[in-house]
Amino acid sequence: MPTIRIDGVEYEMEAGKNLLESCLSLGLDLPYFCWHPAMGSVGACRQCAVVQYLTDEDEQSGRGRIVMGCMTPVTDGAIFSLDGDRAKGFRESVVESLMLNHPHDCPVCAEGGECHLQDMTVMVGHRDRVYRGQKNTHRNQYLGPLINHEMNRCITCYRCTRYYKDYAGGTDLAALASHDHVYFGRHQEGVLESEFAGNLVEVCPTGVFTDKTLVNDYTRKWDLQSAPSVCTGCAVGCNTVPGERYGRLKRVHNRFNAEVNGYFLCDRGRFGANFVNNDERLESPGLRNQTGSYDPVDHHHALQVMAEACSGARVAGIGSPRASVEANYLLRNLVGEDNFSPGFNDREHKLVNLALELQQASSAVTPDIRSIESADVILILGEDLTNTAPRLALALRQSVRNKAFEMAADLRLESWQDAAVRNLAQDQLSPLFIAATGSTRLADVAEENITLAPQNIARLGAAVAASISGHAGEDLEPEIAGHVEAISTALRAAKRPLIISGTSCGNAEVMQTAADVAEALCQSGQQTMLTLTVPEANSLGQAMLAGPDSPSLGKLAADGNFDVLVILENDLYHRAPEPEVERLLATADTVIVLDGLDNRTTSAASLVLPAASFAETEGTLVSLEGRAQRHYPVFAPKGERRPAWVWLLACSKELGLSTAADLHHFDDITRDCAANIADLAGITGAAPDHHFRNAGVKIPRQPHRYSGRTAMRADISVHEPKQPVDEESPLAFTMEGLNRSQPGSLLPFVWAPGWNSNQSLHRFQSEVGGPLRGGTAGMRLLGPGQAKESGPRENPPAFSPTQGQWQLVPRYRIFGSEELSALSLGVAELCEDGYIEIRADDALGLEVGEGDGLNLNDGLATLEVKINNSIAAGCIGYAAGHSGTANLTPGENISLQKAQGWKRRRPQLIGSDRSTEIGSGND
Amino acid sequence: MSLTTPLTRNVRDDRRPTDMAAYEANGGYQGLRAALAQSPEDCLQVLKDSNLRGRGGAGFPTGMKWSFVPMGDKCSPGHKYLICNADEMEPGTFKDRLLLECDPHQLIEGMIVSAYTLQADVAYIFIRAEYHQATRLLQEAIAACHEKGYLGQDILGTGYQLEMHVHSSAGRYICGEETALISSLEGKRANPRAKPPFPQVSGLWGRPTIVNNVETLCNVHHIIERGAEWFKSLGLTEDAGTKLYGVSGRVKNPGCWELPMGTPVRQIIEEYAGGMEDGYNLKGFLPGGGSTDFLTEEHLDLAMDYDTIGKAGSRMGTGTMIILDDKTCPVGFVKNLVAFFARESCGFCTPCRDGLPWSAQVLDDIQNGRGQEEDMDTLARQVKFIGAIGNTHCALAPGAMEPLQSAMKYFPEAFENHLSGNCPHCNGGTH
Repeated sequence: MPTIRIDGVEYEMEAGKNLLESCLSLGLDLPYFCWHPAMGSVGACRQCAVVQYLTDEDEQSGRGRIVMGCMTPVTDGAIFSLDGDRAKGFRESVVESLMLNHPHDCPVCAEGGECHLQDMTVMVGHRDRVYRGQKNTHRNQYLGPLINHEMNRCITCYRCTRYYKDYAGGTDLAALASHDHVYFGRHQEGVLESEFAGNLVEVCPTGVFTDKTLVNDYTRKWDLQSAPSVCTGCAVGCNTVPGERYGRLKRVHNRFNAEVNGYFLCDRGRFGANFVNNDERLESPGLRNQTGSYDPVDHHHALQVMAEACSGARVAGIGSPRASVEANYLLRNLVGEDNFSPGFNDREHKLVNLALELQQASSAVTPDIRSIESADVILILGEDLTNTAPRLALALRQSVRNKAFEMAADLRLESWQDAAVRNLAQDQLSPLFIAATGSTRLADVAEENITLAPQNIARLGAAVAASISGHAGEDLEPEIAGHVEAISTALRAAKRPLIISGTSCGNAEVMQTAADVAEALCQSGQQTMLTLTVPEANSLGQAMLAGPDSPSLGKLAADGNFDVLVILENDLYHRAPEPEVERLLATADTVIVLDGLDNRTTSAASLVLPAASFAETEGTLVSLEGRAQRHYPVFAPKGERRPAWVWLLACSKELGLSTAADLHHFDDITRDCAANIADLAGITGAAPDHHFRNAGVKIPRQPHRYSGRTAMRADISVHEPKQPVDEESPLAFTMEGLNRSQPGSLLPFVWAPGWNSNQSLHRFQSEVGGPLRGGTAGMRLLGPGQAKESGPRENPPAFSPTQGQWQLVPRYRIFGSEELSALSLGVAELCEDGYIEIRADDALGLEVGEGDGLNLNDGLATLEVKINNSIAAGCIGYAAGHSGTANLTPGENISLQKAQGWKRRRPQLIGSDRSTEIGSGND
Repeated sequence: MSLTTPLTRNVRDDRRPTDMAAYEANGGYQGLRAALAQSPEDCLQVLKDSNLRGRGGAGFPTGMKWSFVPMGDKCSPGHKYLICNADEMEPGTFKDRLLLECDPHQLIEGMIVSAYTLQADVAYIFIRAEYHQATRLLQEAIAACHEKGYLGQDILGTGYQLEMHVHSSAGRYICGEETALISSLEGKRANPRAKPPFPQVSGLWGRPTIVNNVETLCNVHHIIERGAEWFKSLGLTEDAGTKLYGVSGRVKNPGCWELPMGTPVRQIIEEYAGGMEDGYNLKGFLPGGGSTDFLTEEHLDLAMDYDTIGKAGSRMGTGTMIILDDKTCPVGFVKNLVAFFARESCGFCTPCRDGLPWSAQVLDDIQNGRGQEEDMDTLARQVKFIGAIGNTHCALAPGAMEPLQSAMKYFPEAFENHLSGNCPHCNGGTH
């Protein structure tokens, strides 16, 4: 380990790092702007300047030179000065220069109070303004409903474009103009295209890019009450910090988890949690009266009704992959194992259970996201990750850079030398192969983009697996055969190959062959990773809880003869075809629904119980990598709302169930579940239980400076109400306590003296960019499995299009395919109504164009047409999860007819405007 | 008789370009033949021995610069590039233009020999957009070379191949910085790059690349043809060869001349430029373009070479002097330069992007009677902040501070006169 001297003190530092990150890891205050732990160094802002001395004599005589900490590797024996007048004076001059054009609008700036520029300005001590000139001003742009643009505040650190273009692969944000007129924006106003644009809010060190939903419903960071949470937008399980004030969820920030999301979220995760504030939230329990409308009742009454209905009756329970393990577990106990459905539709049931089974049985490792970033050859079968598991797609954009890092290593160039590494490698990428039903958003970094029908994706996978194992493949269709060699050769040569597939293309064979490819690589001795995506935040946990033999929704409807149906946080009309749902609901006399938002399923209930949202309850979710993670209430649920587990536990106790007798706290349920469900045995390790105290005290949800607790209700009463007491977790709804050195799963917000912005995170990390000091949050439930012996699998049958029929393939959108995020402010503006994607030649044959309507199977659905030539021949895509598409089943063959009397939503396009088609493929 | 002005031997009095026939008739492309008869290693050795230093301004030894290019097996498979920096935008500098417009074949021959020495297979001439006449001439000359077999797949039957392209710059001063030039050539923002890695190992498209100035490259084939000793014999001092010197400002005969390296400043100004115009006296001069420190009368007898001028506290730079006379206000002179550099900043690093406009503004205030006493402290602080290599991402801002800091040193009374409203040149300091 190199030893270096800083201001006369010797430090041991890790080799291969730069001086800036090393200083920050040591807790030394060295200000910076352009450097970012995930994005490396470019040396633009010159803020982290220090003085370097070549010899001891130089140090004594003060004859050193200014160097940038971020651009200087730590080498043994190096001598620096951070605190000398020259270094400090230089750094002060940098801030002084940055402030020349920075407006004095901190009081009205959304960044105020968590502004890195404020922090750094105070840190360097710049105070008095000498500059007498005018400030440069810019015009701001409309960048969509999610992100606010205020260019006057820009300090030109280039972090935004480096993040947006270089890191996240966006193309529509750039540095424009030059000298002191540099402008960061789009070529013209418009919605930012990247699915990861929201990270600009956290990447920007000042208030240029701010969260528009927060700006419009504003609270300062110091007035936010926050708790560690987990995103419910998809199955990746990104760690988040939602902030609350006045009972409203104000914003979501990233919560660092070294193995999962690192520093970044997707926009569904960041902006899609606002449904918590939706007007359709249920306020109190409702009992259906004779007229069919609901009478509000209090929770005592509601519980009595529920218990009476369930008592002695045949009760079935429908759980939900978006509800916590604990709530589902209680429901399962309430209705009995045989009567508990995990709440999957039939196809989902099969696929999610298969995903779990394949991973449990695979010799390949199920990687966390950090490991995914280390992959050097990647094969994706059937997934459009950017829209189904977005954060994985962002990780893959880093994986493909491993080629660049290898080249840099050959030149002995440090990987943090961001610009140099990019200039060296240019467009050379590690190989990524994507086979999907149409073009995907990762197409720009893929070596090969292969468009196939799902059956043929499976055939491609099988052929690759066979090729790797050395089996002679059978005769393949030319569209498949041409790719097998390149893919299997690259995979065989890989050091860390990664195979990705999942449930989203709706085909079990695709997943199966993906697992076969991984297995074949493992058999040939390669360290292989296998990721199988599942749809929802707790899909995998639900499969672990209920198992493959539990009834799916369709099975429950078919078997069903129940008196009571208890439905937990699951809008069946959104999940399964309407006739099936109707049949299911008709099997029971009484339907009891626990959910947060009003929907068609709650409207079919005789009793509705308002459930707390993820932001108002604790729960354990199991992510697609099998990581059990705990989320905590950010604020106490209002009025008669209760966490689902509280409703279900109370009802179980009311019914006198023996299984509930010993359950008093949330932790008891977790423990009980872990003890009884083998696959979930590890969930108690996801977070400490409620007895945990941090150095003897609880962990505060409110920062020290949380203000106005009395004032915020002063119009009602000047007496400050007692803060809610959290008896279920080590967190407290107060400012009192210790937010330091706690386990990683219990970090409600980051703040450190002098570091008010999110950049204070490094004070909670074991080293800059490294895991949290308290350990990485979450408990992995999947280990490498033991492969079952199996011979060569029979090749899946080829796809054969039928004349006049098209196979339905689901297509996903980050905004719109997920049910709850689509109800969030801002995100809702970006969601479209359901549509189908069809090739231009097919559209021509059907005499429809972009914006026309098409009937599917004479009335199964009527949807708007979008032209997309990248869709596999013989298939049509449909906007999965969108309105009007619940009746559609992946893989189904359907006929199409032009919809008569269809009203266009947009004006008719002239022919030359047809270039607005999605995707880039040609026929 | 040995050749004493190799660079301008084909420059005609009427400044009409020398075509292929005339060029060959005067010994053209013999250097290429001489080079191809040797190994690239031998060529490099000759170049190293010749003590040729880069004529773009920094004066870095060319042979040493080239020796960092990986050769043979040490080079990973792929292209190697030679780039001619013809983006001549240094204020007061017009020497490369003369070479480009009057003798395009000389540059091309120099480049072919250089590329051969480096075993580069692609060469670019990155040329200032305003030099459209030279651009056309170079394109014609390249076409003529293809016909003659001097460029292309199999040059003069040796198997060596080279393609050459002319790229017209979009017109930013910073494109003359070699790494910014590379960024620009790649189609990116013309931002300079941090070194290391140096272009020799990771340059254009991440491949080994050499960027040299027009005048430097024009020397190469002469050296290979006539030898290192001949080249060294041309210079009057330690620095070898000849140099294109220029003089602009209020002299009787402004112009550009090829003279032995190390010709004294006084000789250049008085003998070649004809001395000051009547009624004007020399107050100071920038020896090598807008980004070099002022020197004054006391320095007139110094030899114009890299080391001598460097020791005097300035830089020889491009060797094209700008004369400051006694009737011109130094404050306005410097403000003009600093404003130019502020405008030409790429905007990448803070001291340059925000510091230069501030300096320009302070100078503007002083020049126009809005100056305050503390402005001199501000300027002194800015000079310290911006003016050192390493403080900024590239050398633009330190260069921009050179005329300012030296003006503050040599002409402090000019600033004081303005602050007190008594500038004799500027209507009492308030014009």
